[in-house]
Order: sequence, then structure tokens, then C-alpha cells
Amino acid sequence: MKKEGEIRIPSGCAIAGVFAKDGKNINGGLIVRAMTTMHERSNGLGGGFAGYGIYPQYKDLYALHVFYDNMTARSECEKFIDEMFEIVNLSKIPIRKSPKITDEPLIWRYFVTPHQNKLADSQLDEKEYMVRCVIRINTKYTGSYVFSCGKNMGVFKAVGYPEDVGEFYRLDEYEGYSWTAHGRYPTNTPGWWGGAHPFSMLDYSIVHNGEISSYDANRRFIEMFGYKCTLLTDTEVITYIIDFLLRHEKLTLEETAAVIAAPFWDTIERKTPDEAARYKYLRNVFSSLLITGPFSILLGFEGGMMALNDRLKLRSMVVGEKGDMTYFASEECAIRMMEPNVDNLWSPRGGEPVIVRLNGGVNHGN
Amino acid sequence: MAIDFLYPEFEVVRDQSRCIACRVCERQCANEVHSYDEDLKLMVSDESRCVNCHRCVSLCPTRALKIIKSPHTFRENANWTQDAIQEVYRQANSGAVLLSSMGNPKQFPVYWDKILINASQVTNPSIDPLREPMETRVFLGKKPTNITRDQNGKIKTDLPPQLELELPILFSAMSYGSISYNAHESLARAAVEMGTYYNTGEGGLHKDFYKYGAHTIVQVASGRFGVHKDYLEQGAAIEIKMGQGAKPGIGGHLPGTKITGDVSATRMIPEGTDAISPAPHHDIYSIEDLRQLVYSLKEATEYKKPIIVKVAAVHNIAAIASGIARSGADIIAIDGFRGGTGAAPTRIRDNVGIPIELALASVDQRLREEGIRNEVSLIAGGSIRNSADVVKAIALGADAVYIATGALLALGCHLCRTCQTGKCNWGIATQRPDLVKRLNPDIGCRRLINLLTAWEHEIKEFMGGMGINSIESLKGNRLMLRGVGKKKKELSILGIAHAGE
Amino acid sequence: MKRVYVNEKWCLACHLCEYYCAFANSGEKSMVKALKNLKINPRIHIEEKNGISFAVSCRHCEEPLCVKGCISGALSQKDGVILIDQNKCVGCYTCVLSCPYGAISPTETGVMQKCELCTTNASGTPACVKGCPNGAIVFEERGTV
Repeated sequence: MKKEGEIRIPSGCAIAGVFAKDGKNINGGLIVRAMTTMHERSNGLGGGFAGYGIYPQYKDLYALHVFYDNMTARSECEKFIDEMFEIVNLSKIPIRKSPKITDEPLIWRYFVTPHQNKLADSQLDEKEYMVRCVIRINTKYTGSYVFSCGKNMGVFKAVGYPEDVGEFYRLDEYEGYSWTAHGRYPTNTPGWWGGAHPFSMLDYSIVHNGEISSYDANRRFIEMFGYKCTLLTDTEVITYIIDFLLRHEKLTLEETAAVIAAPFWDTIERKTPDEAARYKYLRNVFSSLLITGPFSILLGFEGGMMALNDRLKLRSMVVGEKGDMTYFASEECAIRMMEPNVDNLWSPRGGEPVIVRLNGGVNHGN
Repeated sequence: MAIDFLYPEFEVVRDQSRCIACRVCERQCANEVHSYDEDLKLMVSDESRCVNCHRCVSLCPTRALKIIKSPHTFRENANWTQDAIQEVYRQANSGAVLLSSMGNPKQFPVYWDKILINASQVTNPSIDPLREPMETRVFLGKKPTNITRDQNGKIKTDLPPQLELELPILFSAMSYGSISYNAHESLARAAVEMGTYYNTGEGGLHKDFYKYGAHTIVQVASGRFGVHKDYLEQGAAIEIKMGQGAKPGIGGHLPGTKITGDVSATRMIPEGTDAISPAPHHDIYSIEDLRQLVYSLKEATEYKKPIIVKVAAVHNIAAIASGIARSGADIIAIDGFRGGTGAAPTRIRDNVGIPIELALASVDQRLREEGIRNEVSLIAGGSIRNSADVVKAIALGADAVYIATGALLALGCHLCRTCQTGKCNWGIATQRPDLVKRLNPDIGCRRLINLLTAWEHEIKEFMGGMGINSIESLKGNRLMLRGVGKKKKELSILGIAHAGE
Repeated sequence: MKRVYVNEKWCLACHLCEYYCAFANSGEKSMVKALKNLKINPRIHIEEKNGISFAVSCRHCEEPLCVKGCISGALSQKDGVILIDQNKCVGCYTCVLSCPYGAISPTETGVMQKCELCTTNASGTPACVKGCPNGAIVFEERGTV
């Protein structure tokens, strides 16, 4: 049977997120518990989490999380990592063995910074250098797969139910100001850990529920800009699109939302002429990055989170607030699990982004 | 009299028990097939003149007529077919190049018919276009991805010139001269109504049609007929015609008999002179020359109009398109080998060029590999026959499609492929006033609008089925396509998987 | 009132209007049965000369000279449509002479016939209009004539 990346596997999903605007630390156990309520939305073939602010001691270093199929792959890949980066710390990611999570690969973590001379030689900015190195590992180094590469954040994912994955990675031992989670319901058995979600690139991580119908239009466009879609998953291409729009094109989050979940033309025509011209411009120039078909996504990034639905709202997504906390989930029950007495609770409309950001920096050390 | 080696191709079958001798067939046949025999009190026919255009059949009020292929036959021969033999006779008789019209009719694979379209089941919902918005608007032109902002941080919205289409279908080039005034008027009015564009071809633009300029693409071809400053300024876009799918590598020849009155004035050549378009543009012998013409036209129109470069699909089309994309052109139109024509040497039409499906797929892929797909829009033409072809072309990577044969069919053309005679009984490919008036533009325009409206409905149904609610998400979305019964190599050029994969 | 109008620009002189008229007024269900081996005598006629052609039939004038001149009361105007009662017609030809358009003509039996906009036959709406292949004959409201 074909593995993820050789064939496109559609899947349904559960997603959840929690964000502390005041930067206070949230224990990873909270988001794991939220996912238990949506157990039925996953089928045990993929679960994962992304946490932000979890590596305060290494916050200026890129944290590489890597799956290796075997020791040979690891030694090959480590040669490359060593060549391109200064490795400040490396270790296995701590796990808790469980009969519910089996066939795990070797899971390693590296805190790195680019070799300054290599970076200068490449004539790239630091982030682009990172991206190219990661894409190189993932496409050229068989048996190695970098699944997280941001600063002060990390992705944890596996084949299994999300709550078991959280247990496996000992997320109750991490704390951060922002968490997202994903439970997967693929229509096929990929049996590969890299295919689980979140998918991330630098500090952007995406959890996604849906099956986009624009996939190949999006993929073939974004691949013109140096990205390589190796997994053939929606989440991967959405991550690249967002990375491209935010980092390359320097669009705002709102503008990015207006590209990927663009308003309909008749909505645009009702706006003021100036606004209408800008929306029209974005739809025209980035027409191939419009995403159609059902999706609800949570985009995690350094200092913020954005929730977005497809423009027809073909997937569920609920948002709740309580004080400085904002909660996101496919179903309300997950929010109630995190905060039974939530103040505001609403379903954002299709194409309308909900964006939360830190009020005043991350609260560390207490 | 010399021996006539040719037996008539068709038989006119008249059911005498139905014929009421109203003589409409006689009056409507410019080829003078039908006549009334006073002595016999019967309608009779000379089938040797029949071109099988169905004008008489369509107008016969008692359906007494039909045209059938003559069963008269040569001794069966899989190599020397009837056509092959008769063409030898014809040339032995005339000493001339064989002429034909419309697109290549030979048995080449039609890839469209071996491609199937996807639909949503279970994992994502199909969308009902009657209930949900379904968008088909398309912009053609360069789309640079370098965002600039004003001092307030607002995005500056100036872009190179764009064509805005309400649906991704344009009428492709057919000159005034090759087709009639009324055919042009029908196309122009339908383009306005449907929010798309028609194309002058290389015959210039009749002054009466300047009012449709905002929906007109004006063509500059090797003969430069009818090209002047006003003409260029009238158009919404300018198309440089380098080649045509029906006759790649050769020019055009509109016989002097068609250069009458207004046609002569519009082309800016004397009445009765042959209008001969050279095979190449004599100022374009290389890609850098093309760049000069592109920029000359841009200068002449103050960079306000997109420049289209139209080329025939030939073997090296991907590299050629890549060159054009780098020559400043805003849009590339590719015309496949089944594209129609008002007249072409039969041998050229039937043997030169490649299928649009393969050309389009390889061009789109090449431009993406080179990272310049955004520098140009792609229009695919050369036998787009229905809405499914449109959907498949867009999923292969076209921004829009050109239709011409389909449009002429809507106007009444029956593909008899004798445009070159100038005696079109349907008032389309003729300049004879009595024939031209047979095409009432009120009717013609309505039929074109009906056709595009029907296709638009179908395209939206296809899109809805795929769970796509805006056409841009279909562009280049090759995962939505699967091939059947084609070889690996063909599928790899098309960039699609086989059904079942 | 809706009337039949003709635009010579689009008339092809195909004469189909005449045949559809004759058929509509034949009372037959099949055109072949109605018109086979018959020299038709329709109520609409194509006039043609020097490449110009157009169909002529009753204009249904608001102030019809034919009705005024009819000596037997056979012609009448009902809801704007000028009708002929062939039982009353005495074949005096006054209407033929007074019609400025030449739209009234005699039948084989000597009484007159004219276009009644197919209101009195099975067609219901003008058969010439339905049968015109080029939109040269139309049935529409254009106010007074």
C-alpha cells in the first residue's frame, strides 16, 4: 500500500486550541483533556499538538524535532545538520511508553542556530535558510523527517488517538502560552508518523479539519516558489501558503485570510471602492492560493493564533472566551472541558478570521 | 468533355411523397443543387454541387429532404482510402494545392474524451450551484507578486493591464472578410452581454463595431491588415498572431472576390485585391524581434492594454511559450491542431501541429517549473467543443479558453468545410449580400448567449460536484482529472493519473 | 395591440411564410396533406424586386378603409383585428380596391380572404411569424399604426 506522500489521503478531523493573551503558562495536559471529548472525530490514525513558549531556556534557537526510521538515517541526517548548523543541544524527546502507541520511530530534538559563515554564503535570510535546509532533509534524506523547526515552539505528533499521543509525549510536563491539537480521521491507513498533524514550518503550525478541493491548484502554484509538497496533505500545502503570504509577501493575517478564504465578488463589490480594489487585487494576484472546499484551521505562530473557516463555512468551528483566555475547537464540548464557565461562545462566519495576540509578551519564569 | 473521375460525395434524398414543391430548397441553395422541373412537376437535384451544409434540410417545411453519404465506393483498400484516391484525382485534374476549411477532421486521438472529471463523495461536500455562490470570474494578465504599500501601509493596487472575464471563455479570432459583418456583430454583441471578449482576427475592425471596443481583442497579424492607431486604441487587448492551429507555419490568403466594399475599407487594401498574409511576420524572425513588437504595441497604447501572443501548438511549444513569457507578452494563446480556419491547404491542416491538450499541459508545467507561470496567462484553443472540454482545459492549467468553431456552430454553421468557396448558405463565411443577410444578428447573438449561458451552468455544476466554488481553484488542479485508456507517456505529459489510481 | 411587422432587411424571400400561412388556414393537420400538389393561395405574399423582398399581409389598420367600404358587412373589426365573414362576402372587390397594401385577395370560390392573425384557425398565433427562419416577420406590440 502506498505511504503518505505517494498518494493523497483525504481525512476528517478534530481540532482544538487554547491561547493566553496575557502570556501566562498553560499546562499541555489541558489541551490533551480537551481532545478526549472529541474522541469520535478521530480514528486512531493520527494525533498531534503544537505548543508555543515551551522552550524558554532555548528561546533564541531553532528547535528541530526529527523522526528517524533507523540509526543509519539518523547518522546521515545528523551529518547534514552538523554541517549547516551549530547544535547547542541534542537529545531524544522524552516519551512515556504505552501499548496504545506502537511502532514509534527514533524521535530526536536539536536546538540549533545556523552556522554564520554558511548563512552568509547562502545569501539568504536566516528564515529562508532554515526553510531550505528543512525541505532538503525532508526530500533528500530518506528515513529522516523534520516535523518541527520553529523557535520556542514544538510539534508533537504520532499515529494514535490524540489523547494517547499527548500521554506518549508527556505533554503534562510542558507549559506554554498557546496550544493547538489535532485528531485525525484519514480514509486510509498511512501508518506514518510524519503524516500526522500539526504540520509546521518555522514558527507557523497548522491544524486543519477538512478536505480542500483546490489542493492541486494550490500545490502547483506554491511549488513555483521553492516549496515542495512531499506529504500531499492539505495541511502541508496550507502551511506553505501561509508561510509564503506572511513571510515572503509580508501580508497581514487579515490580508492572508482574504486570499485563502476570499470574500465572494458580490461581497467585495459592496465594500468601499478603496477596500474593494484591495480585495480584488488580492484575489486576482493570488488567485491560485484561494482555498476551496471545507476547512477549519488553527494557525499557531509566535505570539498569536488565527482561526479561519472556508468561505462557505463547511466545517464546524467554535470560539470561546474567558478573561484573557481564548479557546477554539471543532465542537463546543472541547471548550467546555477546558473552561466550563466560558463567557462568550460563538461560531465565526465562513472566511472571517479570528485572531488573538499576546498583550504584552510571554510570561516566563513563574 | 474530359472524363470526370469524381463521383458526387453526397446524395440528396428527397421523399417525393412529402415534397410540396415549395421550392425553399431551391431558393436557399447558393450551390444551385435544387431546381423545379416544370414538365415533371417535381423538384430535382444535382447532387454533384451539394456540400452537405443542411440549409435545405433545415428549412424544408415537410422534412422531405435528407443528405446522405453516397454509398458509391471504390474497391475496399485500407491504405488507399476513398479520400486518398479522390484527392489524387482532384490534384491530377487541377495541378493545385488542395484547399479545405475548418479544423482537422482526421482520426487523431481526442484527449479530452479520454479524460474524466472528479466529484466529491463523503469526505467533502459537493456544492449546489443553485443554492450557493459559484464564481467563474477570471482575470487575464501578468500577476507580479511584489506587493507594495503606501505610507499608510495599505496595499497599492496597481497592476499591469488585465482582461476581466465573467466566465473563462472568449471568442477567438475570425476576421471580417473570412466571416460576415453579421457574424461579427453577433459575436461582438454576445461578448458584451456575457462579459467576455471577441477577436477581430486580422481583418481590421469595422467602424460600426468600435462601440463594442471594450469587449474586443484587436489582432495584429503578419499582413498588418486594418492596423492603425485608432484600431489599436479601440481594443481592450491586442493580439499578435504568430500562428494558427489549422495552418501552423503558413500565412493566409483571402481571395480578391471577398475583398468587397467594407471589407476592403476595413482591411485598408483596394477592392478586389487578394489579401495575402505572409507566413512569418517579416519583422519577427526571432524571439528578440517579438519582444520589440510587443513593446512597440505597448508604447503605442501607453501600456494600457494587455498584449496576447497567439501561437500554433507545435512540437517545441513549451520552450516557445517560455520564450514568449519572457518577451513581455501578458497572455499566451495556444491554438491546437484541430483549430478551425476559413481556408487552409488540406495537407497542412491535416498533418501539422500537435493536440492542444498535450501542448497546454506541457506549457503550463514548463512555465511552473521555470517559476514564470504568473508572468503570463494562458488561453487554450483549437477545438473546445463543450463545457467539459472547458473544465478539463482549465484543470490542465489554462486560465481561459478560446472558442470559434463552437461559436460558428451556434450561428448555424454545419461544418460542411467549404468556407473557402465563399458561398456559405448560412450567411457566416461569405460576403455575398444575399447570403450575409441570412444571419440575423439578433438571432445569432441570442444563440451565442444561450450557448455560453448553458456552458456556464454546466461548468458550475462540474465545479459544485468537485466541491470548488470559484474557478481559480480549478486552474491547474490536475488532481481533478484522470485518464482512461491512455499510455503512461501520454498521461505523464498530461500530468494526470490513470483512473483508479 | 400586437400586430405582424416585417423587416425587409432580414427577409430572404424564401417564401416559407406563404406556405405556413396556407397550411395554417387549410384546417389540415399535415402540411403535406394540405399543400401537396396544390398551388397555394396564402394570405401573406412576398413582394420582391431588385434584391429587396418583404412579406405583405393585412396591417390591421385602426381605421380600416376595407371595413368602411364593405358593402355587405362581411368585414368587421373586433378587438383591433379585422375579420372577414366569408358567408356574408358577395365578392364585389371593393375591399381589394380600397386596401392600400394589397392585403386582401380573392379565393377560388370568389369570396375574399385576408389575414386574421391566425385568431380563427388552429395555429392561434401567426403561423408566418413562427415559420420565418430569419426573424424578418415579428408579432409584437408597437402602439398605433
